[in-house]
Amino acid sequence: MTLLHWAILAPFLFATFIPLVYKKIPKIHTGWFVLVLPVVLFLYFLQLLLSQKHQETMISTVEWIPSLGINFTAYVDGLGLLFALLITGIGSLVVLYSIYYLSKEKEQLHTFYVYLLMFMGAMLGVVLSDNTIVLYTFWELTSFSSFLLIGYWYHREKSIYGAQKSMLITVFGGLSMLGGFILLYLMTGTFSIRETIANVDTILSHDLFLFAMILILLGAFTKSAQFPFYIWLPDAMEAPTPVSAYLHSATMVKAGIYLVARFSPIFAFSAEWFWTVSLFGIFTLFWGSFNAVKQTDLKAILAFSTVSQLGMIMSLLGVGAASLHFENVQFYTVATLAAIFHLINHATFKGSLFMVVGIIDHETGTRDIRKLGGLMSLMPITFTIAIIGAFSMAGLPPFNGFLSKEMFFTSMIRVLEMDLFRADTWGILLPILAWTGSVFTFLYSMVLVFKTFTGKLQKEKLPKVPHEAPIGMLIPPIILASLVVIFGFFPDLLAYTLIEPAMASVLPSLLTDKDHFHVHIEMWHGFTPELFMTIGVILLGTVLFLTLPKWKKIYNLQPEKLTLNKMYDRFLSTLDDTSSRFTRFYMTGFIRDYLVYIFAFMIVLVGTSMAIQEAFSFNPDHSASIGIYEVILALVMIAGTLTTVFSKSRLTAIIALGSVGYSLSLFFVLFRAPDLALTQLIIETVSVALFLLAFYHLPELKRKEKRLRFRIVNFIISLGVGTIVTLVAISSHSERVSETIASYFIENSYELGGGKNMVNVILVDFRGFDTMFEITVLGIAALAIYSMIKLRLSRREEG
Amino acid sequence: MEILMSIVAGILFMAATYLMLSKSLLRIIIGTGLLSHGAHLLILTMGGLKQGTVPLLSEKAASYVDPLPQALILTAIVISFGVTSFFLVLAYRSYQELGTDDMEQLRGNDQQ
Repeated sequence: MTLLHWAILAPFLFATFIPLVYKKIPKIHTGWFVLVLPVVLFLYFLQLLLSQKHQETMISTVEWIPSLGINFTAYVDGLGLLFALLITGIGSLVVLYSIYYLSKEKEQLHTFYVYLLMFMGAMLGVVLSDNTIVLYTFWELTSFSSFLLIGYWYHREKSIYGAQKSMLITVFGGLSMLGGFILLYLMTGTFSIRETIANVDTILSHDLFLFAMILILLGAFTKSAQFPFYIWLPDAMEAPTPVSAYLHSATMVKAGIYLVARFSPIFAFSAEWFWTVSLFGIFTLFWGSFNAVKQTDLKAILAFSTVSQLGMIMSLLGVGAASLHFENVQFYTVATLAAIFHLINHATFKGSLFMVVGIIDHETGTRDIRKLGGLMSLMPITFTIAIIGAFSMAGLPPFNGFLSKEMFFTSMIRVLEMDLFRADTWGILLPILAWTGSVFTFLYSMVLVFKTFTGKLQKEKLPKVPHEAPIGMLIPPIILASLVVIFGFFPDLLAYTLIEPAMASVLPSLLTDKDHFHVHIEMWHGFTPELFMTIGVILLGTVLFLTLPKWKKIYNLQPEKLTLNKMYDRFLSTLDDTSSRFTRFYMTGFIRDYLVYIFAFMIVLVGTSMAIQEAFSFNPDHSASIGIYEVILALVMIAGTLTTVFSKSRLTAIIALGSVGYSLSLFFVLFRAPDLALTQLIIETVSVALFLLAFYHLPELKRKEKRLRFRIVNFIISLGVGTIVTLVAISSHSERVSETIASYFIENSYELGGGKNMVNVILVDFRGFDTMFEITVLGIAALAIYSMIKLRLSRREEG
Repeated sequence: MEILMSIVAGILFMAATYLMLSKSLLRIIIGTGLLSHGAHLLILTMGGLKQGTVPLLSEKAASYVDPLPQALILTAIVISFGVTSFFLVLAYRSYQELGTDDMEQLRGNDQQ
């Protein structure tokens, strides 16, 4: 266990003390105690960052299940460290924010912080694990803790719905991912990601390659809310706002991005990866931004915007993968660079925007933009933060969003110049969708700021009188907004500390020893096509914003029934209905039906397996000769049996059953089994007496003897059973494989057992155990009968 | 001979199945009785028929029939007797308590 392991496990350990602190120290908001941990962890990771500028990676292993190759291997490289800093840094700010957001008196704080710490630990585990199975474990833990946090206000129906939806979708993806990991293990024989990367050649030529890729991408797409799996994210907005800011904008939804980036060295060589990741990403960008414009809830706008921005990062990672095929590294790696840069930028501005929305919700009591307006003069600080965040999101200078948006355009344009994977033809989709998506991004960013803060104040519609938030609630978004500005003006701060090592983890094969990517981000590129695209975005966006009420009707063009949410709901209810209808169809409650299933399956299974094996045979050679007595007795027995079946009265059936039993004992006489004949005679007599007893006690109303109804299905089934039994008996007798062990009993029953009656010697000596338990069976039956007759609890209770 | 006995056992199984699929509880129990008769007959048949004299050493015969299937059947008879008698008393008790022996009325379903 190194310090790194303790850092990953610390949130879990810390979480165990939170309820205690909450109960014992009720006067101080529990959040203050929690705040210590992410700050310490952040400083620890910051120190790691500063001490390892030269791409030294830290790795250490603690054995967990060594026999299966599953070890808790903590591993820090550029990518992992970048995420760890995001998780702990934004985590600290979110905890600080939540102290002011959640009321000490009204809320169950301990559960909130336990879930939040659980999430933090799980997320750190995801990004710092080298072992795929451990990664999967932490991955599911993030799903669970997210589920718990979304359903934090568990008495609200919408929270439950949102929590369940996110759980179903992300766990579906998580399980697919596990499948992908197992396929990778089958290909390489190791669970370690680094060793898998080293074996990339065997994977590329393996048949399972494509399956593993699709399964792992399913995991990444569901977690990162890509089309069509994004539907859980808007519903996850029922969570408290600190949770939305932390999980559903800055960290958890980036786990899918992390996964794609982490597995890029393995899959990036294939055209399928390039096309799937880029196209799904770019379409998600477009779809998310397009749908964000029609939302009226601030958090819903931000949710769709998160979906869209995640799509952008995803598409950049997909395009960046193509750089592996070119000599001119610098020209194409700009996509990967943009992806990582935007990842950081998005975490900063989206976190601050969510906190702003939380403040508005907290101070006015609503998040509906139709009720809001004119808050600019009442909440100046919040307004400033919002405008910084939204302008950065829209990609306006001088904020960091502008830089990453420029690089995004650059890399999308450069796709056109690729002579690879037919990018020269279909590749044109990427810049077009990118540009339209950006127009809508600009549009909803403007809606977000101007519909909320400008215009007329509608005091009568607001549940509370709006005023500026307390300073503690404002500090975290202020810090994030300052980062937005700082990264905007001095992007090179990040270049060689965070971005370059992360790029080296995503595209390791492009680097030779001690080589570096050249990372240089600057505000001004000159009059490039990207700049004109941005100007176009701003112009068209402004026009669309001003004419918004006129063209908003196009959103009604998509019929309600065809939305993905409706499809999801319909899918779930159909699944529910179908399964219950199916169950009701075959679970009828009639014992006869179940017996029909059992017998029919027996006939089909035995019959077909015998037929397939060609096991039916007929060979009368070993048979004994047929004697006249046996034939007569067989006829008697058959007559008795048929009488049992066809008799009108039950009394006849019972007597006929007795006759069958007696003729069986006569068969035992004929076939030289005296003990059997004796036992059979006595037992048949007793059973018939018992049957008559049961018959005598039949209830009055049923005493009318009814004629049996002949049922054709019953007849076919029973004919089948009889035929199968006969055929199997004849076949097995014809194909006798080995001799019996009878000779042993015959030779030794006197010498070893000291008895001349072989059957009895076998029963009490050679196989005495059988007899002992058979006696037990009789004893139990006798006791059970006694207690059944004597114990009548229900009647006594009633009486 | 074994083929004839196999057919007889098959008929017993067939009748037993038919009875077990019927509505009346008593007929189902009669069916189980026939089924155990069929099974016992089948065990004896599969052990081989008439290949010697009774399995008593005092006979001093050259060959005896196989004693093992007989021991198995003896055990099976006793067990099936125990189960059948238990089942019958169960049926008798359910007549007393529920007032019916019609399996379609004795429907175990929480919807009712």
